Amino acid sequence: MVSIEVAGLVVRRGGRAVLDGIDLRIGAGVTGLLGPSGSGKTTLLRAIVGVQRTHGGTVTVLGSPAGAKALRSRIGYVTQAASVYDDLTLTENLRFFARVLGVGPDEVERVVRAVDLGGHRDHVVGRMSGGQRSRASLAVALLGSPAVLVLDEPTVGLDPVLRRDLWALFHRLADDGAVVLVSSHVMDEADRCDQLLLMRAGAIIADGTPAEIRAGAGADDIETAFLRLVER
Amino acid sequence: MRPARTLAVAVRVLQQVRRDPRTLAMLVVVPCVLMALLWWMYRDVPGPVSPFDRSGPALLAIFPFVVMFLVTSVTTLRERSSGTLERLLAMPLGRLDLLLGYGLAFGLLAAIQSVVAVAVSVWLLGMHVHSAWLLLLMAVADAVLGTSLGLFVSAFAHTEFQAVQFMPALVVPQILVCGLFVPRAQLPGVLHAISDVLPLSYAVDAMRHLTVGATSTGVAGDLGVVVGYAVALLVLGAATLRRRTP
Repeated sequence: MVSIEVAGLVVRRGGRAVLDGIDLRIGAGVTGLLGPSGSGKTTLLRAIVGVQRTHGGTVTVLGSPAGAKALRSRIGYVTQAASVYDDLTLTENLRFFARVLGVGPDEVERVVRAVDLGGHRDHVVGRMSGGQRSRASLAVALLGSPAVLVLDEPTVGLDPVLRRDLWALFHRLADDGAVVLVSSHVMDEADRCDQLLLMRAGAIIADGTPAEIRAGAGADDIETAFLRLVER
Repeated sequence: MRPARTLAVAVRVLQQVRRDPRTLAMLVVVPCVLMALLWWMYRDVPGPVSPFDRSGPALLAIFPFVVMFLVTSVTTLRERSSGTLERLLAMPLGRLDLLLGYGLAFGLLAAIQSVVAVAVSVWLLGMHVHSAWLLLLMAVADAVLGTSLGLFVSAFAHTEFQAVQFMPALVVPQILVCGLFVPRAQLPGVLHAISDVLPLSYAVDAMRHLTVGATSTGVAGDLGVVVGYAVALLVLGAATLRRRTP
């Protein structure tokens, strides 16, 4: 089943095409959007969430145009920088966003556990480590169990144990029926994804399961496959 | 528009301010110190009507307006640059809910600030006015006006530095032509017409009506104009808040 469909998407910034006619379809499971920084990953994710001004093409999410009112409570979005209030505690942050989303206070406890920040409920977010802050930001996106999760580099700078735990969490969420779209510029995260989109210079250069992409490029790992695809 | 969401925003903004006790203390103490300074400046000036009684009320209109303008524009800019604004606008939150929530929280802070400043001016420094209550009401309305203007201009600023620059650009001219330095009736025609469309002129006019020796009949009209401007700027602020950005 296709949950996200992008057709002919163009985004220009300063006269330059940041996204140059993107076409893609995203279904169930964990989809990884991989590419170097500056390749347009964040712009594409913003277009899917509906906060990016676009210059052509269509983006459809769960059957509605991206950014439609009906979608606002069905998409969880984590921006690259942890978008939480640094001067509030974790619980205060989550209670606020829960009230904005109109979900019950019991959700707060559930998402705190999901991101494993149980020991930091009453800590002010600004004094947390980078990894804890990005998990706090992730917790906000999990409130109300949205049908689509759009996560912009949620695992950057995390220690390997935490990264493994977070990828396990993404797969649990996908198993529960959520569409999970995760971006990363670290190629070795490719094998943790069910589906991959490789991106470079505003275009999708490969699309498929990690095994398909490796086989198609005749490479043993995604990094080599990426290089072959670029040089082809 | 959903009242529960407006309230959620207001509570959150107040929680944030509570974490910053120094700002909170300055918000309350600085206007009182400035009023005391004014009283001291005029203490030995002779005359039938004390100049403190004449200018003091006008300054009680200007202080909350300026302070709330600055606090609001910087706070809103912070929300924009931290990414939380983008996150909120991707959520089911009405743009007016957000701005009204801010208005409510800062309006409450402004009320606390004004209560203390008016109390100090009237009871401690002996300022003579018709009605301390009307003075208080006007001071709160002026603070809300400052909040609305701050919310509105923050839409046109990309950095906190730019937001602060709007203070000399948009606030100081209003202070110059509001009647504090030259009575508005004596301004050159063009400047008089300009001062007629600036909200701070009405805020200061109202305070003038409240000084001893004037009539307090025009206060209601001036209050209406100030509140009208505050509401209009909030609605304009909501209109300029874009969910989609480049």
